[in-house]
Amino acid sequence: MQLLGIINEMIGLPELASEHGSMVDHMLEVVHWLVAALLFGWTGFFVYCLVRFRKKRHPKADYHGVQGHASHHVEVAVVVIEAILLLGFALPLWAQRITDYPSGPDVVRVRAVGEQFKWTMHYPGPDNKFGLAKSDLISGANPLGIDWEDINAKDDFVYTELVLPVDRECIVTVTSKDVIHNLALHPMRMAQDAIPGSVADMWFRPVATGRWQTICGQLCGAGHSGMVGYLEVMAQKDFDAWYKDNVPSAKEDNPLKAAPEGDADGAS
Amino acid sequence: MGAEVSTAEAEEAHVHDDHHHELPFWKKYIFSTDHKIIGYQYGITALIFLFIGFYLMMVMRWSIAHPDKELPAVLAFFLNKSWLSDQGLVTGDLYNMFGAMHGTIMVFLGIVPLAFGAFGNFVTPLQIGAPDMAFPRLNMASYWAYYLGGILMLASFLLPSGAAEAGWTMYSPLATTAQLDEVNLWFTGQTFWLFGMVCLISSSLLGAVNFISTIINLRCRGMTWMRMPFFVWAMLVTGFLLLLAFPPLEVAAVMQLMDRLAGASFFIPTGLNFSGAGSVDAGLLDVAGGGSPLLFQHLFWFLAHPEVYVLILPAIAIVGEIIPNNIRRPVWGYKSMVYAVMVLGFLAFIVWAHHMYLTGMGNVVSTFFQATTVIISIPSVILLTCLFISLWGGSIRFTVPMLWALAFLPMFGFGGLTGLPLAFNLIDLHLHDTYYVIAHFHYIVAPGTIFGLFAGIYYWFPKATGRMMNNKLGHLHFWPSLIAMNGIFLPMFVQGMSGFHRRWYDGGVNYDEITSRILFEEGSFFANLFKDGRAIEMIDLNVFMTFFVWVLCIAQFPFIFNFFHSIFRGRKADGDNPWRATTLEWSAPNCPPHGNFVNEPIAYRGPYEYSVPGYKDDYTPQFERGNDGVILGEEDPPADAAKNAH
Repeated sequence: MQLLGIINEMIGLPELASEHGSMVDHMLEVVHWLVAALLFGWTGFFVYCLVRFRKKRHPKADYHGVQGHASHHVEVAVVVIEAILLLGFALPLWAQRITDYPSGPDVVRVRAVGEQFKWTMHYPGPDNKFGLAKSDLISGANPLGIDWEDINAKDDFVYTELVLPVDRECIVTVTSKDVIHNLALHPMRMAQDAIPGSVADMWFRPVATGRWQTICGQLCGAGHSGMVGYLEVMAQKDFDAWYKDNVPSAKEDNPLKAAPEGDADGAS
Repeated sequence: MGAEVSTAEAEEAHVHDDHHHELPFWKKYIFSTDHKIIGYQYGITALIFLFIGFYLMMVMRWSIAHPDKELPAVLAFFLNKSWLSDQGLVTGDLYNMFGAMHGTIMVFLGIVPLAFGAFGNFVTPLQIGAPDMAFPRLNMASYWAYYLGGILMLASFLLPSGAAEAGWTMYSPLATTAQLDEVNLWFTGQTFWLFGMVCLISSSLLGAVNFISTIINLRCRGMTWMRMPFFVWAMLVTGFLLLLAFPPLEVAAVMQLMDRLAGASFFIPTGLNFSGAGSVDAGLLDVAGGGSPLLFQHLFWFLAHPEVYVLILPAIAIVGEIIPNNIRRPVWGYKSMVYAVMVLGFLAFIVWAHHMYLTGMGNVVSTFFQATTVIISIPSVILLTCLFISLWGGSIRFTVPMLWALAFLPMFGFGGLTGLPLAFNLIDLHLHDTYYVIAHFHYIVAPGTIFGLFAGIYYWFPKATGRMMNNKLGHLHFWPSLIAMNGIFLPMFVQGMSGFHRRWYDGGVNYDEITSRILFEEGSFFANLFKDGRAIEMIDLNVFMTFFVWVLCIAQFPFIFNFFHSIFRGRKADGDNPWRATTLEWSAPNCPPHGNFVNEPIAYRGPYEYSVPGYKDDYTPQFERGNDGVILGEEDPPADAAKNAH
C-alpha cells in the first residue's frame, strides 16, 4: 500500500474518513500511474527525437519513418488498461453505490438544504421520517418551511451543521431553496449538487470521527466563496446524546416549534 | 444569400484586378466578401478579445492571490471604480462577473473565431485550391454576426448591472435570477449575454454550413479526399460539430431569455424561496414554475462538449501542418489521423453528461457516459501518437512556428491525460469543480490550443503579408510563455487534488482547513527563500501562480510588437513558398489576390510528400507535376486528365 499511495501522498489528498473513500483514493492513484506512465513515455520519446533527429545531426529525413508496430502495441496496451480501469474499477464501484444502497431503520437520514449562502440540515427525529417541507411556509423562524402540522414533523428538528455518527450508513438528501449549490464533503470523497425543485441522495459510511469544513461546490452568487459549512462525525454515544438534546419533546420550548401558527404570514 | 463562386467568376474578378478596377476601401476591407480579408478581420478581432479575456483573468488572479490588497492601478485603470470595494479590493460580484466573461470571451469570442474563423477562412480555400468560400456573402454575414455578438458582450460591461455574472455555464436558476433587482431587465448583463450568444451562435452556424459546402464542392482538380491536408479534414469535422451542436444552445439561450423577460419558466422550478442574501429579494420568487434546471445543463453541455473539440481540432490541425513541414518527412499515419478525427467528431456528441456527474446519476446513464468518455480518449491518443511518431526519422528544423507546434504536443498531451481521472464518475466527485479541472482544460486550451494558434500565426504570416515575423522576438515570445503557462497551471493540479474549488474570489481564505495545509516547513529552504522562514502553505501557491500571470502578460509584448512591425517592416519572404512546404496555399502568390491563384491549381499527389526517395529536393509539392516526369503513386492523374475535375 505504501507504493500504491505515492502519487496521492505527494500531491496531498485531504484526510479520508469514509469507507468507500479508500477505493476512490486507490483508483485515483492507479489512474495517475497510467497518466504518469503515458506522460513520461511520450515526453521521453519526444525529447529523444528532438535531440537525435535535429537537423544538424540528421540532415536527411527518412521518408518512411517508423516501420515497426511498436506504436500499435502501445495503443492496444493503453486501450486494455483503460478497459480494465473502466470495467474493473469505475463501473463496479459506481454500481456498488447503486446496488448497496442502504436501507432499514439503522440508516441515518438527513436532508441538507442549500440557500444563499449557508446550509441547513433537517433531521427526521426518532421516527426517521421527514415531515413535509413547503416553500411557502419558509420564514426566518422556520428556515426550511417544515409543516409542523404534519404528523411526521412532530419530532423533526433543524441544525446548522451536518452531524453524523461514525460507522453507520448515512443518507444525505440534498436539495436547494434558491439556486444550484453543491455539498462537497471531501473527507467522505462525496459531493452532490443541490438542485432546486428536485432532491438527490448521496450516501456513505463515515469511519472516523472528526470535524471538517464542507464546501459549496457550485457557483451560487457573490457570497459563494464564504459558504462554509461544517461536518462533524461523532461517536455513536455522543451522537445519541446530541440527537436527544435536539429532538423537540412534547413540553419542549424549541423555538422552531414554538410558533407554528405565526409562521404562515411571515412566509408569504 | 450569396451565390456559388465558380472558377470562371473568380477568374473574371482576377481580370478586374489586373485592370485596376479597385473596389472602394469599405468594400475591399470592411464589408468584404473575400475569404482572406474576412479571415484577417476574424483574426484581429479575436486577438483583441483574447487580450481582453486575459485582462479579466489578471484581475481575477490578483484577487485570488491578494484578496486583502488593493488592485494595482494598472489593472484598476480600466474599471468602474464603484465595482471595487471601498478599500479598492475586488468583490465577489466583480470576480463572478469577470469569471463569467473570461470564459465566454476566451471560448466564444477569442479562440473559436481565431481558430475556425481566422485560420479556417484564410487557409481552407487556399489549401483545397478554391477561389473563395462557397458562399462569400454568408461568410461576411458570419463575421458581422460575430462582431455584433462581441459588441453586445463588451457593451454589457457598461450597463449599470455590469456584465453577466453566473459563470460561463450560465446555469439556471442563478443566471435567470441574477440582476433581477435592476429596473430594466432588458438592459442587464445577463440579458445582453443571451442576446450576444444568439448572435455568436448564428455566426458559427453560418460559418459551419459555408465550410462544409466549400470543402465538399470547391476542391480543385486532383484534390481527392485522401489528398486533402489534415487541416482541411479537421475543418470539415469542426464544421459539422458547430452545425449540429450549436442549435441546442441557441434554443437554450432563447428559452432562458423567455424566462428572464417574458415570465416563462423553462428552467425555473416551482417554489424558489430566496433568503435575500443574494441579489434577489427575500421570499418566494414570483414565477409560474414547473421548469427544470437540469434541462438547461443538458442543453448547455450538449453544445459545450463538442465545443471543446471545436477548440482543439483546429489547433491539432495547424500543428499537423507545421510538423511535417519542419521535420521534412510526411506525417506518420495520415489515414489513421483522418479516421481518428472523424470518430472523435462523432463521439464528441455522446459524452456530454460527464460534465454532470455531480448532479447524481443512475447506473445505466453513468455507465454509458463513463464508457463513451473513456472511448473518446482513444482517437485523441491516436492523433497525438501519430504526431509524436512523425518526429522519428525527421530532420527537425527548430523554426519559431515549429517551437510552438512542438510545445503543443506535450502540453496538450498533459491536458488530455489528466482528463482520464475526470472520466470516472466516482473519483470525479472528488475532483469536480476543483482547480484540478481548471488545470486540465486550461492545459488543453491555453498551452495547447493557443500555442497551436500562435504556431499558425507565425507559419502563415508570410503568406498573408509577404513578410516574415522576426525570429528573435519570436523566441522572446515563446520561451517565457512556455515557462509562465506551466508556472500558472501546474500548481493547480496540486491545489485541486487537495480540495481547492474554483470560483473562490478570495482564493480560499475561508476554507483554512484545506488551504492552510503546509507544503514546506518553517525554516526550510523555500520558506527561507520566499516567506522569511515562515511555513509555505497551500494557499501561497496562489501568489506563485499570479506571479507567472504577470510574466505571461509581459511575454506577449514582443508578439504584439513583432506582429505589427513585421507587417510593414518585416524581412521580405523568400518567394511564395518560404517554408519549402508542399500544400496548395504555397502555390498562390503572397498576399493572394482576389480569386487566389494565378494558374489553375491542380493537386498531383498527397499533401505531405517530403524527402521522397528519388527526388533531388526534400519536398515535392502537391501542385508540382514532378521534375523528372516521374508519376508518383498509382492515383496520380496525368496533368491534363479531366477525370478528377469536379
